[in-house]
Amino acid sequence: MTNKEDKALVIAGKTYQSRLIIGSGKYRDFEENRAALEASAAEMITVAIRRVNLGQNKDEPSLLQVISPDQYTILPNTAGCYNADDAVRTCRMARELLDGHSLVKLEVLGDEKTLYPNVTETLAAAEILVQDGFDVMVYTSDDPLVAKRLEEIGCVAVMPLGAPIGSGLGIRNPYNIRMILENASVPIIVDAGVGTASDASIAMELGCDGVLMNTAIAEAQNPVLMASAMKKAVESGREAFLAGRMPRRLYASASSPIDGTFF
Amino acid sequence: MSVPVTVNGDPQEIAADLKITELLHSLDITSGPVAVEVNGEIVPRSEHANYQLKANDKIEIVQAIGGG
Repeated sequence: MTNKEDKALVIAGKTYQSRLIIGSGKYRDFEENRAALEASAAEMITVAIRRVNLGQNKDEPSLLQVISPDQYTILPNTAGCYNADDAVRTCRMARELLDGHSLVKLEVLGDEKTLYPNVTETLAAAEILVQDGFDVMVYTSDDPLVAKRLEEIGCVAVMPLGAPIGSGLGIRNPYNIRMILENASVPIIVDAGVGTASDASIAMELGCDGVLMNTAIAEAQNPVLMASAMKKAVESGREAFLAGRMPRRLYASASSPIDGTFF
Repeated sequence: MSVPVTVNGDPQEIAADLKITELLHSLDITSGPVAVEVNGEIVPRSEHANYQLKANDKIEIVQAIGGG
């Protein structure tokens, strides 16, 4: 039972009960994705925008027929974009395909090996997109100055990486995440690098407003079970943050009294 | 009479004066929402039935798929 009321997670004017956002990539099939989404209790899920495969079987359902925009907030991403122009073009196509839905995840990559964000192109794309009326949730590095600049540009959420996309290395620089949190007036959501439940909890214990993950669930041996673990990890990390942790000490501090010993 | 266009990077021959709606239908694109761009400009869904394609148009048809 929590004594302290938690403030709601509000992104672009919409309130979310869940602080976990998941992806739809790397799953075995749509059904596994759908089951993991349900187990995670996430309300928002990312999708990618790609050419229709002209040879595909017309009887096969498409992703949005299995994971419906009526039930979930769909967050189209600009994955695979290495420059601002492609990212902006992708967002505009996404908005058209989702009937004017203006929430997007901006990611502009700089390097195929590390998938590290190209922050100069990201800043440029963010300015254009915000001007064009998009609600931008922006994937970025854990540089506190860049994070603040993206917020100033008008992004509705800033999403610093914990570690490279798909690396599962966890929160590599918690101190930078803390600096970002101290300066932020918009939700800060760790996006990328989470590998297992404790990573998600650590992000939440730092004070993050949410966590976005894809590979951690999709590449688990049992994705549906991991999705359930992540739901709990995000909730428990948030409660631990609200509860206010004990201080770290260099030396011991006994938990049992000294008085009254009979030996 | 047919005209050459590019659809999703591939050269195709389509009937002259084909509308976008007719193109989508001929490609069996019926499941799920799509967005269409012609020569770099998005054509809104409301205009698909009236938008007439022409020779050498570069058409992109995209959908939402799994991604992180």
